Amino acid sequence: MILAKTGNEALAYAMKQINPDVVAAYPITPSTEIVQIFAGYVNDGLVDSEFVAVESEHSAMAACIGAAACGCRTMTATASQGLALMHEMLFIAGGLRLPIVMPIASRSLSSPLNIHGDHSDSLASRDSGWMQFFCETVQEGYDTLIQAVKIAEKASLPAIVAVDGFILSHCLERIESFEDKKVRDWLGKWKPNWDLLDIKHPILVGPATMQDYYFEFKRSQIEGMNRALPIVEEVQADFAKQFGRGYGVIEEYKTEDAEAVVLLMGSACGTMREAVDALRKQGKKVGMVKLRVYRPLPHPILKQALARFKTVAIMDRADAVNSYGGPLFTEVTSLLYDLPQRPKALAYVYGLGGKEFTPEDGIGVLEQALAGKKDALVTYVGVR
Amino acid sequence: MTKLKSWKELPCGAIIDDPKAVLENKTGAWRSQRPVWNKDRCIHCLTCWIYCPDAAIIVKDGKNQGINYDYCKGCGICASVCPKKVQAITMEQERK
Ligand code: SF4
Ligand code: SF4
Repeated sequence: MILAKTGNEALAYAMKQINPDVVAAYPITPSTEIVQIFAGYVNDGLVDSEFVAVESEHSAMAACIGAAACGCRTMTATASQGLALMHEMLFIAGGLRLPIVMPIASRSLSSPLNIHGDHSDSLASRDSGWMQFFCETVQEGYDTLIQAVKIAEKASLPAIVAVDGFILSHCLERIESFEDKKVRDWLGKWKPNWDLLDIKHPILVGPATMQDYYFEFKRSQIEGMNRALPIVEEVQADFAKQFGRGYGVIEEYKTEDAEAVVLLMGSACGTMREAVDALRKQGKKVGMVKLRVYRPLPHPILKQALARFKTVAIMDRADAVNSYGGPLFTEVTSLLYDLPQRPKALAYVYGLGGKEFTPEDGIGVLEQALAGKKDALVTYVGVR
Repeated sequence: MTKLKSWKELPCGAIIDDPKAVLENKTGAWRSQRPVWNKDRCIHCLTCWIYCPDAAIIVKDGKNQGINYDYCKGCGICASVCPKKVQAITMEQERK
């Protein structure tokens, strides 16, 4: 069915079709509508979900952890300060390997207060053991949220599905949705490894470990993330077979003979396509590599893809304050470090706090990349 | 001592499916006050057993048998819930 939906509406709609057992949530801009609309579905009896209205995002994640530990398919949604307030609970969900799935409408972090879109929130949660998917369009957000449930359950890892705040969360797009039943059938019933409420098989969840075991458990958690990439690919392929829409963990745009490319995530990829098209019309050999999956970082795929270009401009919609470039830049350059022939890497930070990023800005970055030179260690796009 | 497992042998998410494993973890070491049970005053109502957060009250055949100091952490809940008329548990300094 073709629908006109904002990002938030589409994500809430996907949640309705997923029909999770438990949703615990607290509202925060710009993701408020996701759970607000979902609460309506609960009220109208369109889902079987237990909706838990809590008093903070910290409690929301705590309730989700409890529910997921009891074997429930569990979801919530948040953004920005809300995600930051969940921070310590994110690590607990990650360490317990609970497949909680959470759409976020990515937004800047205070201070100064700003409610608009960038990736500061999700990237600040990078090390919590959650998978992270970044979406370019509302359609991709809808599709990815459905996929994420299956990926999370197969990988025993929680997952964030990020759509850019306001740019996607509040803008209307045309989406192709699926029938409820098809989504539910594809996802199937979640069979958890264990259930905290199964009194016939009592378990202990969240034990204390000392120097003798903590590191070992962390090592096994890291391995869980290392092994998630083939699961992501497998589920995406299965999704494409079932629903006819496929995504790679990365997507290359006009890169065949490109000398310089831009690597980036999220809605700005759409803008960058226009910039690439404009320069291609002038015969310039530029292209784009879109990264869809930030965790698990697709090491071998990214490395292989980027190795063949002369220059890669890596663009972050978040800054790591005094680091050499944003989080994506530092990660990707360390990934490229041991290549015998490294592409030149340029660091860009753009669009913080919803600052507009235009095709002209994109053209500027691509032209610099083509020239292989930069003005500074890190270029801050569009700052006065 | 049991051999420590490698990371590859550990359960996903650190779930312990043998809950009695905590029996090996004696939690009574950090007690600053100790409950002392008076056998003669006790009426075996088992209120203390219900309330003890560490399951440290030893019960056999429906009768209180005293306190297991391996696990009692000295919170004093048992002493405060024991019926006032009986007052079969009193708290004392762990080290005088
Ligand atoms: S002091 Fe606390 S832990 Fe010890 S027996 Fe009494 S209730 Fe249990
Ligand atoms: S509460 Fe007091 S009287 Fe009742 S069983 Fe415990 S010690 Fe005995």
